[in-house]
Amino acid sequence: MSPDSPQRRRLLTSLLGVSGSLLLPPLHAAPAALITRAIPSSGEAIPVIGLGSWITFNVGRDPQARAECAAVMRQFFAGGGRLIDSSPMYGSAQDVIGEALAAIKPARLFSADKVWISGGARGPGQIETSRRLWRVPRFDLLQVHNLLSWQEHLPQLLAMKREGRLRYVGITTSEGRRHAEIENIMASQPIDFVQVSYNALDRDVEQRILPLARERRIGVIVNRPFRQGDLTQALAGKPLPGWGAEIGCSTWAQALLKFIVAHPAVTCAIPATSNVNHVRENLLAGSGRLPDEALRKRIALDAGRLA
Amino acid sequence: MSQWWTYTLSDLLMFSARTYWRLLELLNRELWPLHLLTIAVGMLVMGCILRPAARARRSAYLLLGASWAWVGWVYHLQRYADINTGAPYFAAGFALQALLLWIMSLRTRNFDPSPARWRIGIVIASAGVLLYPLLALLDENGWRRAEVFGIAPDPTAIATLGVLLALRAHPIAWLIPLSWCAVTSATLLELRAWQAWVPAAIALLAIAAGLLLRRRERALSSRADPPT
Repeated sequence: MSPDSPQRRRLLTSLLGVSGSLLLPPLHAAPAALITRAIPSSGEAIPVIGLGSWITFNVGRDPQARAECAAVMRQFFAGGGRLIDSSPMYGSAQDVIGEALAAIKPARLFSADKVWISGGARGPGQIETSRRLWRVPRFDLLQVHNLLSWQEHLPQLLAMKREGRLRYVGITTSEGRRHAEIENIMASQPIDFVQVSYNALDRDVEQRILPLARERRIGVIVNRPFRQGDLTQALAGKPLPGWGAEIGCSTWAQALLKFIVAHPAVTCAIPATSNVNHVRENLLAGSGRLPDEALRKRIALDAGRLA
Repeated sequence: MSQWWTYTLSDLLMFSARTYWRLLELLNRELWPLHLLTIAVGMLVMGCILRPAARARRSAYLLLGASWAWVGWVYHLQRYADINTGAPYFAAGFALQALLLWIMSLRTRNFDPSPARWRIGIVIASAGVLLYPLLALLDENGWRRAEVFGIAPDPTAIATLGVLLALRAHPIAWLIPLSWCAVTSATLLELRAWQAWVPAAIALLAIAAGLLLRRRERALSSRADPPT
Protein backbone atom coordinates (compact mmCIF):
# COMPACT_ATOMS: atom_id res chain seq x y z
CA MET A 1 0.00 0.00 0.00
CA SER A 2 1.66 3.22 -1.09
CA PRO A 3 1.60 6.21 1.32
CA ASP A 4 -0.95 7.91 -0.89
CA SER A 5 -3.01 4.94 -1.99
CA PRO A 6 -6.79 5.26 -1.86
CA GLN A 7 -7.05 2.11 0.30
CA ARG A 8 -4.67 3.62 2.88
CA ARG A 9 -6.57 6.86 2.85
CA ARG A 10 -9.85 5.00 3.33
CA LEU A 11 -8.40 2.95 6.18
CA LEU A 12 -7.00 6.01 7.93
CA THR A 13 -10.24 7.87 7.45
CA SER A 14 -12.29 5.06 8.90
CA LEU A 15 -9.87 4.64 11.82
CA LEU A 16 -9.96 8.35 12.52
CA GLY A 17 -13.72 8.30 12.22
CA VAL A 18 -14.05 5.45 14.72
CA SER A 19 -11.61 6.96 17.21
CA GLY A 20 -13.27 10.35 16.79
CA SER A 21 -16.72 9.03 17.48
CA LEU A 22 -15.50 7.11 20.53
CA LEU A 23 -13.34 9.82 22.06
CA LEU A 24 -15.19 13.04 21.35
CA PRO A 25 -18.66 14.25 22.27
CA PRO A 26 -20.95 14.74 19.27
CA LEU A 27 -20.47 18.52 19.32
CA HIS A 28 -16.77 18.17 18.66
CA ALA A 29 -16.97 15.32 16.20
CA ALA A 30 -15.37 15.78 12.80
CA PRO A 31 -17.97 17.62 10.74
CA ALA A 32 -19.94 15.45 8.36
CA ALA A 33 -20.19 16.75 4.81
CA LEU A 34 -22.75 19.50 4.60
CA ILE A 35 -25.75 18.88 2.43
CA THR A 36 -25.72 21.21 -0.56
CA ARG A 37 -28.51 22.54 -2.74
CA ALA A 38 -28.20 23.73 -6.29
CA ILE A 39 -28.93 27.38 -6.92
CA PRO A 40 -31.80 26.92 -9.38
CA SER A 41 -30.68 29.58 -11.86
CA SER A 42 -27.11 28.26 -12.23
CA GLY A 43 -26.85 24.76 -10.78
CA GLU A 44 -24.02 25.88 -8.49
CA ALA A 45 -24.18 23.94 -5.23
CA ILE A 46 -24.07 25.75 -1.88
CA PRO A 47 -24.36 24.32 1.65
CA VAL A 48 -27.85 24.46 3.15
CA ILE A 49 -26.58 26.18 6.28
CA GLY A 50 -25.28 29.74 5.97
CA LEU A 51 -24.48 32.42 8.51
CA GLY A 52 -26.56 35.51 9.21
CA SER A 53 -25.17 38.62 10.89
CA TRP A 54 -28.23 40.62 12.08
CA ILE A 55 -27.55 41.85 15.65
CA THR A 56 -24.92 39.19 16.43
CA PHE A 57 -22.10 40.77 14.38
CA ASN A 58 -23.01 44.40 15.12
CA VAL A 59 -20.50 44.75 17.96
CA GLY A 60 -19.00 48.15 17.15
CA ARG A 61 -15.29 48.41 17.81
CA ASP A 62 -15.20 46.11 20.84
CA PRO A 63 -12.00 44.11 20.16
CA GLN A 64 -13.07 41.19 22.35
CA ALA A 65 -16.45 40.84 20.64
CA ARG A 66 -14.83 41.20 17.22
CA ALA A 67 -12.46 38.35 18.06
CA GLU A 68 -15.46 36.22 19.07
CA CYS A 69 -17.19 36.97 15.76
CA ALA A 70 -14.01 36.00 13.92
CA ALA A 71 -13.95 32.73 15.87
CA VAL A 72 -17.54 32.08 14.84
CA MET A 73 -16.64 32.67 11.18
CA ARG A 74 -13.51 30.51 11.46
CA GLN A 75 -15.62 27.66 12.83
CA PHE A 76 -18.23 28.22 10.14
CA PHE A 77 -15.71 27.91 7.31
CA ALA A 78 -13.90 25.01 9.03
CA GLY A 79 -17.23 23.18 9.19
CA GLY A 80 -17.81 23.61 5.47
CA GLY A 81 -20.02 26.72 5.54
CA ARG A 82 -19.81 29.20 2.68
CA LEU A 83 -22.66 31.73 2.54
CA ILE A 84 -22.49 34.74 4.86
CA ASP A 85 -25.26 37.32 4.69
CA SER A 86 -25.18 40.94 5.83
CA SER A 87 -26.56 44.39 5.06
CA PRO A 88 -25.64 48.07 5.36
CA MET A 89 -28.56 48.17 7.81
CA TYR A 90 -26.65 45.97 10.29
CA GLY A 91 -24.45 48.68 11.79
CA SER A 92 -20.84 47.54 12.10
CA ALA A 93 -21.54 43.94 10.96
CA GLN A 94 -20.09 44.40 7.46
CA ASP A 95 -16.81 45.72 8.82
CA VAL A 96 -16.66 42.96 11.45
CA ILE A 97 -17.13 40.39 8.67
CA GLY A 98 -14.54 42.09 6.45
CA GLU A 99 -11.94 42.19 9.21
CA ALA A 100 -12.46 38.50 9.96
CA LEU A 101 -12.37 37.56 6.26
CA ALA A 102 -9.05 39.37 5.86
CA ALA A 103 -7.63 37.33 8.74
CA ILE A 104 -9.17 33.95 7.87
CA LYS A 105 -8.88 34.14 4.07
CA PRO A 106 -11.45 31.37 3.54
CA ALA A 107 -10.96 29.13 0.54
CA ARG A 108 -14.65 29.28 -0.36
CA LEU A 109 -16.84 32.23 0.47
CA PHE A 110 -20.28 33.03 -0.90
CA SER A 111 -20.73 36.70 -0.04
CA ALA A 112 -24.33 37.83 0.19
CA ASP A 113 -25.05 41.46 0.96
CA LYS A 114 -27.85 43.94 0.35
CA VAL A 115 -28.58 47.39 -0.94
CA TRP A 116 -30.70 49.38 1.49
CA ILE A 117 -31.09 53.02 0.60
CA SER A 118 -33.86 55.25 -0.69
CA GLY A 119 -33.51 56.08 -4.36
CA GLY A 120 -31.53 54.30 -7.04
CA ALA A 121 -28.91 57.06 -7.53
CA ARG A 122 -27.32 56.32 -4.16
CA GLY A 123 -27.32 52.54 -4.66
CA PRO A 124 -23.93 52.14 -6.44
CA GLY A 125 -22.18 54.28 -3.80
CA GLN A 126 -23.62 52.21 -0.99
CA ILE A 127 -22.68 48.95 -2.72
CA GLU A 128 -19.11 50.15 -3.16
CA THR A 129 -18.91 51.16 0.52
CA SER A 130 -20.25 47.72 1.50
CA ARG A 131 -17.72 45.98 -0.77
CA ARG A 132 -14.83 47.88 0.83
CA LEU A 133 -16.09 47.02 4.31
CA TRP A 134 -16.30 43.34 3.35
CA ARG A 135 -12.82 43.61 1.77
CA VAL A 136 -13.89 41.42 -1.18
CA PRO A 137 -13.28 42.06 -4.90
CA ARG A 138 -16.97 41.61 -5.66
CA PHE A 139 -20.14 40.23 -4.12
CA ASP A 140 -21.61 36.89 -5.12
CA LEU A 141 -25.14 37.98 -4.31
CA LEU A 142 -26.72 41.40 -3.82
CA GLN A 143 -30.30 41.68 -2.65
CA VAL A 144 -32.68 44.61 -2.44
CA HIS A 145 -33.24 44.85 1.31
CA ASN A 146 -36.89 44.86 2.38
CA LEU A 147 -37.83 45.91 -1.17
CA LEU A 148 -36.67 49.48 -0.45
CA SER A 149 -36.70 51.38 -3.80
CA TRP A 150 -36.62 48.01 -5.57
CA GLN A 151 -37.90 49.50 -8.85
CA GLU A 152 -34.68 51.51 -9.08
CA HIS A 153 -32.17 49.12 -7.48
CA LEU A 154 -33.19 45.93 -9.26
CA PRO A 155 -32.35 47.11 -12.83
CA GLN A 156 -28.96 48.32 -11.54
CA LEU A 157 -28.19 44.97 -9.91
CA LEU A 158 -29.28 43.08 -13.01
CA ALA A 159 -27.00 45.33 -15.11
CA MET A 160 -24.10 44.57 -12.71
CA LYS A 161 -24.77 40.87 -13.22
CA ARG A 162 -24.79 41.24 -17.03
CA GLU A 163 -21.47 43.08 -16.84
CA GLY A 164 -19.94 40.28 -14.73
CA ARG A 165 -19.59 42.46 -11.62
CA LEU A 166 -22.08 40.38 -9.68
CA ARG A 167 -23.09 36.72 -9.84
CA TYR A 168 -26.61 36.68 -8.43
CA VAL A 169 -29.44 39.12 -7.76
CA GLY A 170 -32.16 38.84 -5.14
CA ILE A 171 -34.80 40.54 -3.02
CA THR A 172 -35.53 40.24 0.69
CA THR A 173 -38.25 40.66 3.22
CA SER A 174 -38.70 39.56 6.81
CA GLU A 175 -41.42 38.74 9.28
CA GLY A 176 -43.99 38.15 6.56
CA ARG A 177 -44.07 41.72 5.22
CA ARG A 178 -45.17 42.63 1.67
CA HIS A 179 -45.54 39.06 0.48
CA ALA A 180 -47.91 40.08 -2.32
CA GLU A 181 -45.30 42.43 -3.73
CA ILE A 182 -42.59 39.78 -3.33
CA GLU A 183 -44.75 37.38 -5.36
CA ASN A 184 -45.22 39.98 -8.11
CA ILE A 185 -41.48 40.55 -8.37
CA MET A 186 -40.77 36.82 -8.35
CA ALA A 187 -43.27 36.37 -11.17
CA SER A 188 -42.05 39.26 -13.28
CA GLN A 189 -38.33 39.82 -12.68
CA PRO A 190 -35.35 37.58 -13.55
CA ILE A 191 -34.08 37.29 -9.97
CA ASP A 192 -31.92 34.43 -8.67
CA PHE A 193 -32.82 34.55 -4.97
CA VAL A 194 -35.60 35.57 -2.65
CA GLN A 195 -34.96 35.89 1.09
CA VAL A 196 -37.86 35.41 3.49
CA SER A 197 -38.57 34.57 7.13
CA TYR A 198 -39.59 30.96 7.64
CA ASN A 199 -39.60 28.63 10.62
CA ALA A 200 -41.66 25.87 12.20
CA LEU A 201 -44.19 28.40 13.52
CA ASP A 202 -44.17 31.10 10.81
CA ARG A 203 -45.17 29.14 7.74
CA ASP A 204 -46.96 31.68 5.53
CA VAL A 205 -44.42 31.31 2.73
CA GLU A 206 -45.39 27.66 2.26
CA GLN A 207 -48.67 28.79 0.70
CA ARG A 208 -47.45 30.75 -2.31
CA ILE A 209 -43.85 31.97 -2.14
CA LEU A 210 -42.08 28.62 -1.82
CA PRO A 211 -44.14 26.94 -4.59
CA LEU A 212 -43.60 30.00 -6.80
CA ALA A 213 -39.85 29.86 -6.14
CA ARG A 214 -39.77 26.26 -7.38
CA GLU A 215 -41.88 27.11 -10.40
CA ARG A 216 -39.76 30.14 -11.35
CA ARG A 217 -36.45 28.44 -10.42
CA ILE A 218 -35.58 31.01 -7.76
CA GLY A 219 -33.34 30.14 -4.83
CA VAL A 220 -34.72 30.70 -1.33
CA ILE A 221 -32.66 32.01 1.60
CA VAL A 222 -34.41 31.71 4.95
CA ASN A 223 -33.84 34.31 7.65
CA ARG A 224 -34.92 34.30 11.31
CA PRO A 225 -35.07 30.49 11.52
CA PHE A 226 -35.31 30.72 15.32
CA ARG A 227 -37.48 33.88 15.46
CA GLN A 228 -34.37 35.76 16.53
CA GLY A 229 -33.70 33.32 19.35
CA ASP A 230 -37.20 33.51 20.85
CA LEU A 231 -38.11 30.07 19.53
CA THR A 232 -35.06 28.24 20.87
CA GLN A 233 -35.44 30.12 24.14
CA ALA A 234 -39.09 29.08 24.43
CA LEU A 235 -38.12 25.47 23.77
CA ALA A 236 -35.12 25.48 26.09
CA GLY A 237 -35.46 22.75 28.68
CA LYS A 238 -38.25 21.00 26.75
CA PRO A 239 -36.99 17.53 25.82
CA LEU A 240 -36.78 16.79 22.11
CA PRO A 241 -39.43 14.20 21.22
CA GLY A 242 -38.40 10.72 20.10
CA TRP A 243 -38.37 11.69 16.41
CA GLY A 244 -35.20 13.76 17.08
CA ALA A 245 -33.07 10.62 17.08
CA GLU A 246 -34.57 9.51 13.73
CA ILE A 247 -33.01 12.52 12.02
CA GLY A 248 -29.84 12.66 14.10
CA CYS A 249 -30.84 15.72 16.14
CA SER A 250 -29.89 16.18 19.76
CA THR A 251 -31.25 19.73 20.19
CA TRP A 252 -34.33 21.73 19.23
CA ALA A 253 -32.14 24.17 17.28
CA GLN A 254 -30.98 21.37 14.98
CA ALA A 255 -34.52 20.05 14.55
CA LEU A 256 -35.85 23.53 13.73
CA LEU A 257 -33.12 24.03 11.13
CA LYS A 258 -33.70 20.60 9.62
CA PHE A 259 -37.40 21.43 9.38
CA ILE A 260 -36.49 24.43 7.22
CA VAL A 261 -33.80 23.02 4.97
CA ALA A 262 -35.81 19.85 4.33
CA HIS A 263 -38.30 21.91 2.34
CA PRO A 264 -37.40 21.25 -1.29
CA ALA A 265 -37.72 24.92 -2.29
CA VAL A 266 -35.25 26.13 0.36
CA THR A 267 -31.67 26.67 -0.80
CA CYS A 268 -30.12 27.83 2.45
CA ALA A 269 -31.02 28.91 6.00
CA ILE A 270 -28.96 31.66 7.65
CA PRO A 271 -29.07 31.39 11.45
CA ALA A 272 -27.11 34.18 13.16
CA THR A 273 -25.05 33.54 16.26
CA SER A 274 -22.13 34.94 18.20
CA ASN A 275 -21.43 31.59 19.86
CA VAL A 276 -18.93 29.11 18.39
CA ASN A 277 -20.76 26.12 19.90
CA HIS A 278 -23.97 27.23 18.25
CA VAL A 279 -22.25 27.41 14.86
CA ARG A 280 -21.11 23.82 15.29
CA GLU A 281 -24.61 22.82 16.30
CA ASN A 282 -26.17 24.67 13.37
CA LEU A 283 -23.77 23.07 10.90
CA LEU A 284 -24.63 19.63 12.24
CA ALA A 285 -28.21 20.33 11.20
CA GLY A 286 -26.95 20.62 7.63
CA SER A 287 -25.80 17.03 7.48
CA GLY A 288 -27.26 13.56 7.87
CA ARG A 289 -30.90 12.63 7.40
CA LEU A 290 -33.50 15.27 6.75
CA PRO A 291 -37.12 14.86 7.87
CA ASP A 292 -39.72 13.80 5.30
CA GLU A 293 -42.98 15.72 4.91
CA ALA A 294 -44.78 13.70 7.59
CA LEU A 295 -42.02 14.30 10.11
CA ARG A 296 -41.83 18.00 9.20
CA LYS A 297 -45.50 18.26 10.14
CA ARG A 298 -44.78 16.60 13.49
CA ILE A 299 -41.86 18.96 14.16
CA ALA A 300 -44.06 21.99 13.47
CA LEU A 301 -46.85 20.55 15.60
CA ASP A 302 -44.60 19.73 18.56
CA ALA A 303 -42.72 23.05 18.33
CA GLY A 304 -46.05 24.91 18.30
CA ARG A 305 -47.33 22.88 21.24
CA LEU A 306 -44.23 23.27 23.41
CA ALA A 307 -43.02 26.79 22.52
CA MET B 1 -38.64 52.87 5.38
CA SER B 2 -41.63 51.55 3.51
CA GLN B 3 -44.66 50.23 5.43
CA TRP B 4 -43.09 51.57 8.61
CA TRP B 5 -46.26 50.87 10.55
CA THR B 6 -45.60 47.14 10.25
CA TYR B 7 -42.32 47.49 12.17
CA THR B 8 -42.24 46.94 15.91
CA LEU B 9 -39.63 48.23 18.32
CA SER B 10 -37.84 44.89 18.28
CA ASP B 11 -37.47 45.08 14.47
CA LEU B 12 -35.56 48.33 14.85
CA LEU B 13 -33.25 47.14 17.59
CA MET B 14 -30.06 46.17 15.80
CA PHE B 15 -27.69 45.27 18.65
CA SER B 16 -27.69 42.97 21.65
CA ALA B 17 -27.83 44.00 25.30
CA ARG B 18 -24.30 42.73 25.67
CA THR B 19 -23.03 45.01 22.89
CA TYR B 20 -24.92 48.00 24.34
CA TRP B 21 -23.40 47.63 27.81
CA ARG B 22 -19.94 46.78 26.47
CA LEU B 23 -20.00 50.05 24.53
CA LEU B 24 -20.55 51.92 27.77
CA GLU B 25 -17.88 49.89 29.55
CA LEU B 26 -15.28 50.61 26.85
CA LEU B 27 -16.22 54.30 26.78
CA ASN B 28 -15.85 54.52 30.56
CA ARG B 29 -12.47 52.80 30.40
CA GLU B 30 -11.29 55.15 27.67
CA LEU B 31 -12.44 58.38 29.29
CA TRP B 32 -11.62 57.71 32.95
CA PRO B 33 -10.93 59.87 35.04
CA LEU B 34 -12.88 62.47 33.06
CA HIS B 35 -15.93 61.25 34.99
CA LEU B 36 -14.73 63.10 38.06
CA LEU B 37 -14.74 66.35 36.12
CA THR B 38 -18.18 65.79 34.56
CA ILE B 39 -19.69 64.92 37.96
CA ALA B 40 -18.07 68.08 39.36
CA VAL B 41 -19.66 70.05 36.50
CA GLY B 42 -23.02 68.46 37.35
CA MET B 43 -22.66 69.47 40.99
CA LEU B 44 -21.66 72.98 39.97
CA VAL B 45 -24.82 73.21 37.86
CA MET B 46 -26.84 72.10 40.87
CA GLY B 47 -25.07 74.76 42.96
CA CYS B 48 -25.92 77.41 40.38
CA ILE B 49 -29.64 76.71 40.47
CA LEU B 50 -29.71 77.31 44.22
CA ARG B 51 -28.72 80.92 43.65
CA PRO B 52 -31.24 83.50 42.43
CA ALA B 53 -28.72 85.69 40.54
CA ALA B 54 -28.99 85.81 36.74
CA ARG B 55 -25.26 85.07 36.50
CA ALA B 56 -25.75 81.74 38.30
CA ARG B 57 -28.58 80.75 35.96
CA ARG B 58 -26.45 81.73 32.98
CA SER B 59 -23.61 79.51 34.23
CA ALA B 60 -26.01 76.60 34.79
CA TYR B 61 -27.32 76.78 31.21
CA LEU B 62 -23.83 77.23 29.75
CA LEU B 63 -22.40 74.23 31.60
CA LEU B 64 -25.45 72.12 30.85
CA GLY B 65 -25.27 73.06 27.15
CA ALA B 66 -21.59 72.07 27.07
CA SER B 67 -22.49 68.71 28.64
CA TRP B 68 -25.15 68.05 25.98
CA ALA B 69 -22.77 68.97 23.16
CA TRP B 70 -20.03 66.76 24.60
CA VAL B 71 -22.33 63.74 25.15
CA GLY B 72 -23.76 64.15 21.63
CA TRP B 73 -20.24 64.09 20.24
CA VAL B 74 -18.44 61.53 22.39
CA TYR B 75 -21.29 59.09 23.02
CA HIS B 76 -23.70 59.32 20.09
CA LEU B 77 -21.50 60.30 17.19
CA GLN B 78 -18.22 58.67 18.22
CA ARG B 79 -19.49 55.43 19.77
CA TYR B 80 -23.23 54.75 19.54
CA ALA B 81 -23.24 55.45 15.78
CA ASP B 82 -21.04 52.33 15.37
CA ILE B 83 -23.94 50.08 16.36
CA ASN B 84 -27.03 52.22 15.79
CA THR B 85 -27.77 53.84 12.43
CA GLY B 86 -30.10 56.27 14.26
CA ALA B 87 -27.32 57.63 16.50
CA PRO B 88 -26.28 60.52 14.19
CA TYR B 89 -29.86 61.82 14.52
CA PHE B 90 -29.59 61.54 18.31
CA ALA B 91 -26.31 63.45 18.13
CA ALA B 92 -28.07 66.18 16.13
CA GLY B 93 -30.80 66.32 18.78
CA PHE B 94 -28.21 66.67 21.54
CA ALA B 95 -26.43 69.45 19.59
CA LEU B 96 -29.76 71.24 19.18
CA GLN B 97 -30.44 71.00 22.91
CA ALA B 98 -26.95 72.39 23.62
CA LEU B 99 -27.69 75.32 21.32
CA LEU B 100 -31.03 75.92 22.98
CA LEU B 101 -29.45 75.93 26.45
CA TRP B 102 -26.75 78.35 25.31
CA ILE B 103 -29.38 80.67 23.81
CA MET B 104 -31.30 80.47 27.09
CA SER B 105 -28.12 81.48 28.94
CA LEU B 106 -28.21 84.81 27.06
CA ARG B 107 -31.74 85.57 28.17
CA THR B 108 -31.57 85.01 31.92
CA ARG B 109 -33.10 87.25 34.55
CA ASN B 110 -32.93 87.27 38.32
CA PHE B 111 -35.34 84.61 39.49
CA ASP B 112 -36.09 83.31 42.94
CA PRO B 113 -37.80 79.95 42.61
CA SER B 114 -40.32 78.82 45.17
CA PRO B 115 -38.80 76.47 47.79
CA ALA B 116 -40.91 73.60 46.46
CA ARG B 117 -39.71 74.21 42.88
CA TRP B 118 -36.04 74.21 43.65
CA ARG B 119 -36.31 71.33 46.11
CA ILE B 120 -37.97 69.06 43.57
CA GLY B 121 -35.61 70.33 40.86
CA ILE B 122 -32.58 69.56 43.02
CA VAL B 123 -33.90 66.08 43.84
CA ILE B 124 -34.33 65.25 40.15
CA ALA B 125 -30.97 66.78 39.19
CA SER B 126 -29.32 64.81 42.02
CA ALA B 127 -30.92 61.64 40.67
CA GLY B 128 -29.08 62.30 37.40
CA VAL B 129 -25.75 63.49 38.76
CA LEU B 130 -25.31 61.54 42.00
CA LEU B 131 -27.68 58.58 42.09
CA TYR B 132 -27.69 57.39 38.48
CA PRO B 133 -24.08 56.10 38.46
CA LEU B 134 -24.89 54.09 41.61
CA LEU B 135 -27.47 52.02 39.68
CA ALA B 136 -24.52 50.18 38.13
CA LEU B 137 -23.69 48.74 41.55
CA LEU B 138 -26.90 46.74 41.40
CA ASP B 139 -25.48 44.83 38.41
CA GLU B 140 -22.75 42.24 38.47
CA ASN B 141 -20.46 44.40 36.33
CA GLY B 142 -20.43 47.22 38.88
CA TRP B 143 -18.67 50.52 38.25
CA ARG B 144 -17.38 49.50 34.85
CA ARG B 145 -20.80 50.10 33.32
CA ALA B 146 -21.77 53.11 35.42
CA GLU B 147 -23.77 55.77 33.56
CA VAL B 148 -22.29 59.11 34.52
CA PHE B 149 -23.59 62.65 33.94
CA GLY B 150 -21.72 64.33 31.09
CA ILE B 151 -20.54 60.98 29.66
CA ALA B 152 -23.72 58.94 29.19
CA PRO B 153 -26.94 60.45 27.78
CA ASP B 154 -29.50 59.14 30.30
CA PRO B 155 -28.19 60.82 33.49
CA THR B 156 -27.44 63.97 31.47
CA ALA B 157 -31.06 64.19 30.28
CA ILE B 158 -32.44 63.43 33.75
CA ALA B 159 -30.26 66.03 35.48
CA THR B 160 -31.32 68.54 32.82
CA LEU B 161 -34.99 67.95 33.58
CA GLY B 162 -34.29 68.81 37.22
CA VAL B 163 -32.51 72.03 36.23
CA LEU B 164 -35.24 73.04 33.78
CA LEU B 165 -37.86 72.43 36.48
CA ALA B 166 -35.97 74.42 39.12
CA LEU B 167 -35.36 77.36 36.77
CA ARG B 168 -38.87 77.29 35.34
CA ALA B 169 -37.51 77.04 31.80
CA HIS B 170 -39.66 77.40 28.69
CA PRO B 171 -41.48 74.14 27.80
CA ILE B 172 -39.61 73.99 24.48
CA ALA B 173 -36.40 73.27 26.38
CA TRP B 174 -38.06 70.15 27.80
CA LEU B 175 -38.83 68.53 24.46
CA ILE B 176 -35.47 66.91 23.64
CA PRO B 177 -34.66 65.67 27.18
CA LEU B 178 -38.16 64.17 27.46
CA SER B 179 -37.90 62.61 23.99
CA TRP B 180 -34.56 61.10 24.89
CA CYS B 181 -36.02 59.61 28.10
CA ALA B 182 -38.74 57.98 25.97
CA VAL B 183 -36.23 56.66 23.39
CA THR B 184 -33.83 55.27 25.98
CA SER B 185 -36.58 53.64 28.05
CA ALA B 186 -37.96 51.97 24.90
CA THR B 187 -34.47 50.77 23.93
CA LEU B 188 -33.75 49.39 27.38
CA LEU B 189 -37.17 47.76 27.44
CA GLU B 190 -36.36 45.93 24.21
CA LEU B 191 -32.98 44.96 25.64
CA ARG B 192 -34.88 43.59 28.63
CA ALA B 193 -32.82 45.72 31.00
CA TRP B 194 -34.30 46.28 34.44
CA GLN B 195 -33.27 49.97 34.29
CA ALA B 196 -35.78 50.54 31.47
CA TRP B 197 -38.43 52.14 33.67
CA VAL B 198 -36.04 54.59 35.40
CA PRO B 199 -35.69 57.38 32.74
CA ALA B 200 -39.39 57.21 31.82
CA ALA B 201 -40.51 57.29 35.45
CA ILE B 202 -38.28 60.27 36.31
CA ALA B 203 -39.44 62.10 33.17
CA LEU B 204 -43.08 61.55 34.12
CA LEU B 205 -42.35 62.72 37.65
CA ALA B 206 -40.70 65.89 36.29
CA ILE B 207 -43.67 66.59 33.98
CA ALA B 208 -46.17 66.07 36.79
CA ALA B 209 -44.15 68.26 39.18
CA GLY B 210 -43.79 70.97 36.51
CA LEU B 211 -47.54 71.05 35.81
CA LEU B 212 -48.52 71.05 39.50
CA LEU B 213 -46.02 73.75 40.41
CA ARG B 214 -47.11 75.95 37.53
CA ARG B 215 -50.74 75.65 38.62
CA ARG B 216 -49.90 76.34 42.22
CA GLU B 217 -47.73 79.34 41.38
CA ARG B 218 -50.45 80.79 39.16
CA ALA B 219 -52.99 80.41 41.94
CA LEU B 220 -50.63 82.08 44.40
CA SER B 221 -49.90 84.99 42.07
CA SER B 222 -53.61 85.59 41.36
CA ARG B 223 -54.22 85.64 45.12
CA ALA B 224 -51.35 88.09 45.60
CA ASP B 225 -52.68 90.39 42.83
CA PRO B 226 -56.46 90.37 43.23
CA PRO B 227 -58.38 91.94 40.34
CA THR B 228 -59.30 95.56 40.98
